[in-house]
Amino acid sequence: MAGPELAADSGDKPRLEMRGICKRFGATIALQDVSFAVKPGEVHALVGENGAGKSTLMKILAGAYKPDKGTMFLDGKPFQPHNSLDARLQGVGMIYQELSLAPHLTVEENMLLGMEPTKLGFVRWQEVRGRAREALKHFDHSRLKPDTRVGTLPLSAQQLVEIGRSLTVGCQVLVFDEPTSSLSQRDIDRLFEVIIGFRNQDLSIVYISHFLEEVQHIADRLTVLRDGYVVGTRDVGTTKTEEIVRMMVGREITDLYPRSVRKRRDAVLEIENLAGLEKPETANLVLHNGEVLGICGLVGAGRTEMLRVIFGLDPVRKGRIKIGLHLGPASPIRRWMQGVGMLSENRKEEGLATNLSLADNVTLSKLRGFGPLKLVLPRKQEAATQKWIDLLDIRCLNPGQRVAEMSGGNQQKAAIARLLQHDADVLLLDEPTRGIDVAAKAKIYQIINEIAAGSESKGRAPKAVLMISSYLPELIGICDRIAVMYRGHLSAAKPVEEIDEHKLMMAATGQEVLV
Amino acid sequence: MWSRLNRFGPLLALLLVYLFFAITNSKITSLTAMEMMVLHTVIVGVSAIGMTLVIISAGIDLSVGSIIALSSVVVALLMDSYGLDPLIAAICGIAAGLICGLFNGLLITRLKLVPFIVTLGTLLIVRGIAKGLANSIPINAGQTWLSELLAVLPPDRRWQLLPPGGWLMILLAMAVAGFLRYTKLGRHILAVGSNENTARLCGVAVERVKVFVYAAAGAFAGLSGLMLMSYQEQGDPTGAVGLELEVIAAVVIGGGSLSGGEGSILGSLVGAMIMTVIRTGCQLNGWPPWVTQIVTGSVIVVAVAVDRLRHRRFRLI
Repeated sequence: MAGPELAADSGDKPRLEMRGICKRFGATIALQDVSFAVKPGEVHALVGENGAGKSTLMKILAGAYKPDKGTMFLDGKPFQPHNSLDARLQGVGMIYQELSLAPHLTVEENMLLGMEPTKLGFVRWQEVRGRAREALKHFDHSRLKPDTRVGTLPLSAQQLVEIGRSLTVGCQVLVFDEPTSSLSQRDIDRLFEVIIGFRNQDLSIVYISHFLEEVQHIADRLTVLRDGYVVGTRDVGTTKTEEIVRMMVGREITDLYPRSVRKRRDAVLEIENLAGLEKPETANLVLHNGEVLGICGLVGAGRTEMLRVIFGLDPVRKGRIKIGLHLGPASPIRRWMQGVGMLSENRKEEGLATNLSLADNVTLSKLRGFGPLKLVLPRKQEAATQKWIDLLDIRCLNPGQRVAEMSGGNQQKAAIARLLQHDADVLLLDEPTRGIDVAAKAKIYQIINEIAAGSESKGRAPKAVLMISSYLPELIGICDRIAVMYRGHLSAAKPVEEIDEHKLMMAATGQEVLV
Repeated sequence: MWSRLNRFGPLLALLLVYLFFAITNSKITSLTAMEMMVLHTVIVGVSAIGMTLVIISAGIDLSVGSIIALSSVVVALLMDSYGLDPLIAAICGIAAGLICGLFNGLLITRLKLVPFIVTLGTLLIVRGIAKGLANSIPINAGQTWLSELLAVLPPDRRWQLLPPGGWLMILLAMAVAGFLRYTKLGRHILAVGSNENTARLCGVAVERVKVFVYAAAGAFAGLSGLMLMSYQEQGDPTGAVGLELEVIAAVVIGGGSLSGGEGSILGSLVGAMIMTVIRTGCQLNGWPPWVTQIVTGSVIVVAVAVDRLRHRRFRLI
């Protein structure tokens, strides 16, 4: 029953095995029959695009979600953790992208937090120290003193503390989720040494990453996930980059993406050598009326930051921004007045005030013309909103309904309706289709197309759209030109005809420059 | 059904509390008791109007009690020691409150400090200033027309139902309720409280909105102080201690959410009435002050618990 055939052909028994894992959220299938095994002394990478199901798989491994179907085995025994602490105690430690340390406690206190050895209720500090030292021996790191406060350590050292936490309870499996996304190159190299050290000590490593070059550098095998299922497992040494990329993106492009005749007109947004406080480092682009310009890149590359800097939500470190006739940085208030509108990638935290009504959210950026004497009459706000409800097919009870009660796709349409109600000329869209269903996506592609193409019969001039997306088919489907952001640097924009998903993926992962 | 309960919940609570005291002690239905309750409600209620704005914007103002005391001292002092016209003195009292509120608002927005801490600080600072101005003893203001602003109506003017201060409170409440609903700034206050990030993204001048809200709360507390002065005919630097908690409780009972974005001016006035009925009822029942305090405290806790419950329900949807 414990999979003798798998064990037989791989030579030695897997330490951690997931078999036939399925997970649905409502109508969305997040994982479909996913099987995956890690052997002792192996670094096994898990790769895939955003939304491929990596993080769901992680959460199932950590016990945050329960799979609908399928089983997990650790050393041949069933493994069903209740939460991440339980998973760690059973032998599977998670090292998350966002560290979960208490900054005011010391290294050793953090490492044994929640499982301090006690005697009559008193913590036995001798033993805490001993066990922390023991765990720290796994990686020889001179800067890491057991009694330093974690908050004073650099991020890379904090990550080691997080790893150490799993080692103190003798975890045999360590799962790394995008561990290098906020590290410098030197720290990345050091982390790799640590991971290779673990491999030599016969630990099992699951390594989740976007960065293909890292995976090729550190992993023994890799498993590619796409749209919730396993495309395949390969030995890293004998697999070409091209093949991995093809496995990641191999998807059919349908006619989901309408494309009216668009004519590029005058430039409306120009940025030159733009730099934010941390990211972006250099960004140059010119956006014209009548076009959709896409920005491709990995999460953390600096795409969102660039949009925020342009819109005045974050400060400009250097460089030049010109919008229409307006030169220089400006606050969001000014940007709206200059005809720029921004759609936030984070609908709940920033995009919408979810406990206000749909009408309030749609009209918030321009509360003008809703009554005499500068008054704002809710009745008129709602009438204006009704127009967008009809046009964008927003499903709601009425314009006065609270946004929180609406579905994700309809919330996103509401956020876009704000830009349309404001009649913005330059639309900055950050992940306009994140987390919404296909029907809503199709509607949004249609809206974006209409904005950029304009409509003579309806008297709408073509407008400019700058959009960020992590979903390659969508970028290729609706953009006229695409530029790639890689670690803070924006490439030149290329016409979409000269680009394919493969080239984009190579450029976004730093394999090749976009040409 | 739930939303209706939300809206009329405070009114229902008022009725229940009043019924409870009416059954245990008939004195609360007497004319004198009614008149006393009106006076106290006005003092709490006027401040609650300003506090509602603050709480809707997801802030808090703990300095209200001290501002009330300062304002009453300023008015009494200007009339007593400087012989100023009562009207000018009254305006100065309100202005003193406004300035304190402005100070709160600027500290919160410019230094990016937490409202709780800032107003905890100004609670002490303003109280200190009030005591310093008055040498820590009450200043008698003497009888002027200001005394009639908030006083028991003489029998021949009973037809007016409420003293002028009471009518002023109702008028202001209606004006502010309309302001919140029908003006751009009013909608912006709601937006800032509901989600500050969204407000900023949509081009709301978040900092300016906040300064306005605290300044308004200060001015309303100043007006409360004027009312208190009118009622007691003296400026008392040690008066209104802890009144801010009663005001905050009134707002929360009236439907205000401490996490912002929700609140109702009229609800807050009902909340102020509930606080007053409890206070008066306990006194009339002859309960010692410590019992009154326990009861009042319990009501505040229950009100906040109800606030939490309402939000838990909200998340389920």
